[in-house]
Amino acid sequence: MKYIKLLITFVLTIVVFYALNTKLGAVPPIGKFLNPAGGVWQNETNEIIDGNVNIKGLSAPVTIHYDAQLIPHIFAQNDIDLYKAQGYITAKHRLWQMEFQTHAAAGRISEIIGSDGLTYDQTARRRGMGFGADQSLIKMQEDPETVTFLEAYRDGVNDYIASLDLKNLPVEYKLLDYKPEPWTTKKTALLLMYMTKMLAGGDDDLEYTNMLRKFGKERFDLLFPDFFDVNDPIIPKETDWSYIDVDMTKTPQGELPQDTITKTIVKPHPDNGSNNWAVSGAKSTTGNPILANDPHLGLKLPSIWFVMQLSTPEHNAMGATLPGALGVISGFNTHISWGETNATRDVLDWYKIEFKDETRTQYKYDGGWKNTTVRVEEIKIKGAATVLDSVIYTHHGPVTYDHNFMSDNEKAGYAMKWIGHAGGNNQRPFLDLNKAKSYDDYVDAIKHYTAPAQNFVFASTQGDIAIWIQGLFPNKWKGQGKFLLDGSNPDHDWQSYIPQAFNAHTKNPERGFVSSANQHPVDESYPFYVFNDGYETYRNRVINDFFNSKDKFSVEDFKNLHNNNYNLKAAELLPYMFETMDVSDLTSEEKKIYNQIKSWDFNNDIEKLGPSIWRVWWSKLYPMLWDEFESDEEALTSPYTYQSIYLMTNKPNDPFMDIIATSKKEDAHDLFLLSFIEAAKELLDWKSKNGDYNWQAYKSTRVDHLLQGIPAFSRYNLPIGGDASIVNATSETHGPSWRMIVEMSSPPKALGIYPGGQSGNPGSVYYDNFVDDWAIGKYHELNFMQSTTATDKIIATQTLNPSK
Amino acid sequence: MIKKNIINFVVTIIIALILSQFLPWWSVMVAGFVSALFFSLKKAAVFFIPFFAIFCFWSIYAFIISNGNDFTLSKKISTLFTLGGNPYVLILVTGIIGGLAAGVSALFGKQLSGLVKR
Repeated sequence: MKYIKLLITFVLTIVVFYALNTKLGAVPPIGKFLNPAGGVWQNETNEIIDGNVNIKGLSAPVTIHYDAQLIPHIFAQNDIDLYKAQGYITAKHRLWQMEFQTHAAAGRISEIIGSDGLTYDQTARRRGMGFGADQSLIKMQEDPETVTFLEAYRDGVNDYIASLDLKNLPVEYKLLDYKPEPWTTKKTALLLMYMTKMLAGGDDDLEYTNMLRKFGKERFDLLFPDFFDVNDPIIPKETDWSYIDVDMTKTPQGELPQDTITKTIVKPHPDNGSNNWAVSGAKSTTGNPILANDPHLGLKLPSIWFVMQLSTPEHNAMGATLPGALGVISGFNTHISWGETNATRDVLDWYKIEFKDETRTQYKYDGGWKNTTVRVEEIKIKGAATVLDSVIYTHHGPVTYDHNFMSDNEKAGYAMKWIGHAGGNNQRPFLDLNKAKSYDDYVDAIKHYTAPAQNFVFASTQGDIAIWIQGLFPNKWKGQGKFLLDGSNPDHDWQSYIPQAFNAHTKNPERGFVSSANQHPVDESYPFYVFNDGYETYRNRVINDFFNSKDKFSVEDFKNLHNNNYNLKAAELLPYMFETMDVSDLTSEEKKIYNQIKSWDFNNDIEKLGPSIWRVWWSKLYPMLWDEFESDEEALTSPYTYQSIYLMTNKPNDPFMDIIATSKKEDAHDLFLLSFIEAAKELLDWKSKNGDYNWQAYKSTRVDHLLQGIPAFSRYNLPIGGDASIVNATSETHGPSWRMIVEMSSPPKALGIYPGGQSGNPGSVYYDNFVDDWAIGKYHELNFMQSTTATDKIIATQTLNPSK
Repeated sequence: MIKKNIINFVVTIIIALILSQFLPWWSVMVAGFVSALFFSLKKAAVFFIPFFAIFCFWSIYAFIISNGNDFTLSKKISTLFTLGGNPYVLILVTGIIGGLAAGVSALFGKQLSGLVKR
């Protein structure tokens, strides 16, 4: 009996130990997790931001002053110490995020979350994310100084990781039950790839291929013109391009492959985009140029941005950094300010590959056979066996689609040609911008920047303003890469790149301002082939109209423009709808909604009903209009909003207006009414469940934790207006991820805010303390310290000392 | 008997407190086990005295930490665990988990001590 009892209690003890020490499904190892001495309770604290810390390899002490926003102001004696300190301090506040984002870039999410991440990971591998990072690293190694700084940053991060014991790990590690691995220089390259994928990783070539085959060239061009009938490009229309004296690539003879493609990989979110602008001294109320930037990205906690001041005796910069990359990315220094918007361009093409046989060791090229190489991707999965995926590489790039991935043909595939694989030292330009003193320095700094192409806006204390559309762009023949290309035809290869000096740019234009909002970079007069690959058509016109509306602009005007909720899209369609729609048969409830939207002033303000009605109405109208393109058998896409509205208002009787499922022949005006009735029904349903459909409630903007499915670490229902295609581009999950305004006085005066907080720890008050002010359109003054002497704005100071 | 209960209670907490400084969470299982070996109790007390000891240790410890930080994180973790966002419920759960671990290992300790004494 004794022994049985002993055995039972022994087994019970083991079972309890196991159950409390093991992650079971989504539940963390609960004993470990709730242990007050080592688990999550240890994260219930603000960060320690004073005292002394010993760091290996520093050459002199580094002073870090923190202000009340928890912004670190780093004062180092030289660049190597500076970037080491940047690595250490960034890791101190954002370690988990840095590692998670670079794992995501590399396609290593399954290592953390298990087999749910496998599709994501495999797609990342098939895109050649790791391959691209390797290429970048090779390029970076050509510049020993970049390598030295990358290594200093790496060492700083690793010093911080080494200082952690288990109880100090960020809470996400405890929830998911894993540990950080050492930082590497490749991780910085991976982070830059992550940005390249987000901002230059989209295309519709395969969908366009299907559509061209299905509807013919004339109909295709009607749906997807290279230029819309309105265009307010980044570089003013009157620009003289006669200095461009290189030959354009000639269009080759020969056919494009007419394949039917059934399924394509996930595309970046269409709401990724940005605004930036600058006014000259002459157009500024104070006589100093003023510059603004607001990158629209996924709204996440921890934020993609981390604000820092980075200072040595030689240079002093401040602004938004990307955890994982060195230097300030969008910011200012003593002499200049700069910011970026995404410069969309077709830098991703697909080539049809014909393999010689099923071994896939050779593919057809230039009348012969060319050898492939293989990159074996090892995808480790938490709690399951490792998956190996052999990705075939051609001279174009990885064969993303083959019989192992989204296709079933053993002897053919589609290879990706992508600027992300071209290699590039895209760290260096930012380090040089941090130190730049003039327009010439700025141009030199960005010269070698390749991807993701950006519209770099610039202003200086010397009074210059400028914008360069900078990236490495293929010099394409007209039409090249809009559709699937023939991978065996050398004429279909990218022939050359546009010489950097001929990238579109403007300095001190006559109109006294520069701006960009992801619109067309140029008009038709620019000699190189640029087609509309998703250019924005609304924000740019509102911004440029604003700057053309009066002579002088102040910082206050800039704030108002950031927070401008004018819905030009709705304003261009609704009056036409009201005019042409027959509303005599609407029910009284429908009529009430109709009158609500009719009295709307086209501003997407939080208390208004109009924006919600417009949103639902459009969401019904758009798929009703393009019902022709709903297909399970092949990948199709629908025209951009601008062209959709253009066709409805200019060709209301076009056959595309018809709803193919009905026997009646509908025109655009019928669609307005039908979609309105559906919208009214949905709104009434919504109202009965959720109450008043004012724009704040209906849109319900949120800032999610990076790990989806942790509402407790996220913020919901924020009181912010706007929407995609509006200058205040805040949709449900995307929007101004950083708002900055810099006046180029000496020293510059700057405002900045982002929807998050400096701390990555949900247990810190600094985790999300900017969110409320951000939502209501407030800014925080950025305290650009001019010397290392602490002022009354500094709440704590930490010193990093060289350890012996 | 009450005296023995009190001794076991105090000794369990002291061992747990010391071991928690350098051992992982299962230090409370060691504490429950060791005190059961040396301060043998009777019947339900075998489980409930160490349970209550560690319940007090963990919940008071958790309370002190989170009270000092306005329960910022514990409210969120309580929401995450669908405990209604109430930090006190999370503190209670923490105490129960720790107590359970200590109580169960004490049962084993008690059986083993009976064997050794024989």
